[in-house]
Amino acid sequence: MKKSIVPLVAGAALAVTAVSASAATLDDVKAKGSVQCGVSQGLPGFSNPDAQGNWSGLDVDTCKAIAAAIFGNGDAAKFTPLSAKERFTALQSGEVDVLTRNTTWTMSRDTDLGLNFTGVNYYDGQGFMVPKDLGVSSALELSGASVCTNTGTTTELNVADYFRSHDMDYEVVAFEKADEVVAAYDAGRCDVYTTDQSGLYAQKLKLTNPDDHVILPEIISKEPLGPAVRQGDDQWFNVVKWTLFALINAEELGVTQDNVDEMKNSDNPSIKRLLGTEGSFGESIGLDKEWAVNAIKAVGNYGEMFDRNVGPDTELGIDRGLNKLWSDGGLQYAPPVR
Amino acid sequence: MAVQDVLPSRKGSSGFSALNDQRVRGAIFQVLLIVAIVSFAWWIIHNTAANLRAQGIGFGFGILRDSAGFQINQTLIDYQETSSYVRVYFVGLLNTLLVSFIGVILATIIGFIVGISRLSKNWVVARAAYVYIEVLRNIPLLLQIFIWYFAVLRLLPAKRDAIDLGPFGLLNIAGWYAPSPVLGRGFALVVAALVIGIVATFVLRAWARRRQMATGEIFPLFRVALALIVGLPLIAYFVAGFTFANPPFSLEYPTPGNFGPRGGLRVFPEFIGLLMALSFYTASFIAEIVRAGILAVPNGQTEASYSLGLRPGHTLRLVVIPQAMRVIIPPLTSQYLNLTKNSSLAVAIAYPDLVSVFAGTALNQTGRAVEFILITMATYLTISLVTSLFMNWYNRSVALVER
Repeated sequence: MKKSIVPLVAGAALAVTAVSASAATLDDVKAKGSVQCGVSQGLPGFSNPDAQGNWSGLDVDTCKAIAAAIFGNGDAAKFTPLSAKERFTALQSGEVDVLTRNTTWTMSRDTDLGLNFTGVNYYDGQGFMVPKDLGVSSALELSGASVCTNTGTTTELNVADYFRSHDMDYEVVAFEKADEVVAAYDAGRCDVYTTDQSGLYAQKLKLTNPDDHVILPEIISKEPLGPAVRQGDDQWFNVVKWTLFALINAEELGVTQDNVDEMKNSDNPSIKRLLGTEGSFGESIGLDKEWAVNAIKAVGNYGEMFDRNVGPDTELGIDRGLNKLWSDGGLQYAPPVR
Repeated sequence: MAVQDVLPSRKGSSGFSALNDQRVRGAIFQVLLIVAIVSFAWWIIHNTAANLRAQGIGFGFGILRDSAGFQINQTLIDYQETSSYVRVYFVGLLNTLLVSFIGVILATIIGFIVGISRLSKNWVVARAAYVYIEVLRNIPLLLQIFIWYFAVLRLLPAKRDAIDLGPFGLLNIAGWYAPSPVLGRGFALVVAALVIGIVATFVLRAWARRRQMATGEIFPLFRVALALIVGLPLIAYFVAGFTFANPPFSLEYPTPGNFGPRGGLRVFPEFIGLLMALSFYTASFIAEIVRAGILAVPNGQTEASYSLGLRPGHTLRLVVIPQAMRVIIPPLTSQYLNLTKNSSLAVAIAYPDLVSVFAGTALNQTGRAVEFILITMATYLTISLVTSLFMNWYNRSVALVER
């Protein structure tokens, strides 16, 4: 009940927030002493609370990096779990300062929703999971299947496009929360669970017998996931955008959580600019010189963040794949700090 | 009189006492209130528009004509992914109305049975009804929806091992695959016979009533009506069967397929789960309303009825319930409204109601929260007002006429 009225409440909040709420988010954030991030409600590897209520994951780390860049302390990050349906309204209405919630960057969201995407912290694509005993090895054999998914996501549109373009029948069963999708799929209500592949790996862990399910090879869409902020506040947009870029640049330059302090003595001008020993790049986005150092100290560089949360050595065991640095043949590429 | 001297005079001639005049004061306060409401509304609208502009979010209802692009499983009208958001709205609205309408009927039936049982002299029946009411009305509805959907319906077998219900189709975790009716050429004849049967019953009833008033003889209306309404179409069915090659009415049965049964009429488990939860939950409140209504009828009415020689069944049906209805209907209306509004919890278990598909998926795909929420609120308001109007009309028709 509480969840389903959030868009309404948020809509009302949108109606009455002062106009000034859309500008100077950085000042607001500094004044209240913490960054409020919208995250997903529990997706292992991306944002997941433990028994003590401590959040962890790739999206959570992205938020901590932003908090650290501003306050020098990653603990200044606060989290609001949001369903796919609630997330945009929550950001628009100022309930959260930034959305670090595996959200796909699309044109309509970037333009018509009043949002700005600040980059990509995970290149993903939509996939399908099916029980092994269904004997299906390709998504093209799914004609007539019932498909469980989340409401209010690009997933729902992609799956409609895919089945329609291959002239296959299907039935969609769309729940509001990911946990309910998993429960329904686990109970056998649906033959197929579809969402971004990273999500499938994460949700698979929640099934009764994860080994009885298989993720099909087809990827049916591009899903660049990344943080988003409100339009019309360039300063805040820059802070979030460059914090993410700093983490990616740090990996490329070999700066890690452990060696960041010694790296300040490096002769490499790129490293010097990133770590604030040369130039004043922190000040130009309204932060201090140590902004990138603090962000890296809090969560490590992008590669460390990936490996810790979703990489091959974690429960999820996701290969870097497209998320390798551009220099290793992947897509992760950040503009230079100069 | 001394008292009159100290009271302020209404006819006070001087102007300054106008403020002391109750009517003038009343008018002033009403004007102030209207000004306050209008300025508040203006402020809300102006502020919303300014904020939307500042954040670069469009406003307008033109987007409703865009194609939706997503699928909905239960649709009472034709719907494709290429259909517009307007059609999404109607699909959602009809799904809401369907579950509410059937829910209201079920809740009323269960509520009356439980409410009357609660007053039963049989200790076991009365206790059972008491336990039912106390348990169901004290558990949050959302929880009951989850229990029905995730616990009860989960006990059904997997999609490929459907239970064969014989003539009633197949049942599995993905729902009830009922046989769907196939209408032949002669079906019109059967419908015609049914209409004739119903009209004849009404005519007969009027005649029977007049005769009873005149002579006191009771006509066995129920049995004759049954014969007319069921018998006539049955005869028509056989006549049509002999006349045309294909039967006037037949059933298409679902057949097992790779991903569960195919064909037939599909009743989704999301619908069943929501319907059960709404009906049983609301019925517990209706039961208390019915009990209160019956207790509100003075015992003297029952005693008088018995002394006239009426049996307890007749007494309840002809004397007590009609009088109790006057007490029952106003709170019953609230329960009907509650049930309709509570159906918006459907989103939790993927039933595609108005809130789920229109104020949910469609809103999210477009990001136009203000427009979609406005439309949804206006819709629920309209449904509630229409329900109230109908129930008020019904209430007036059964209200006590004082002579």
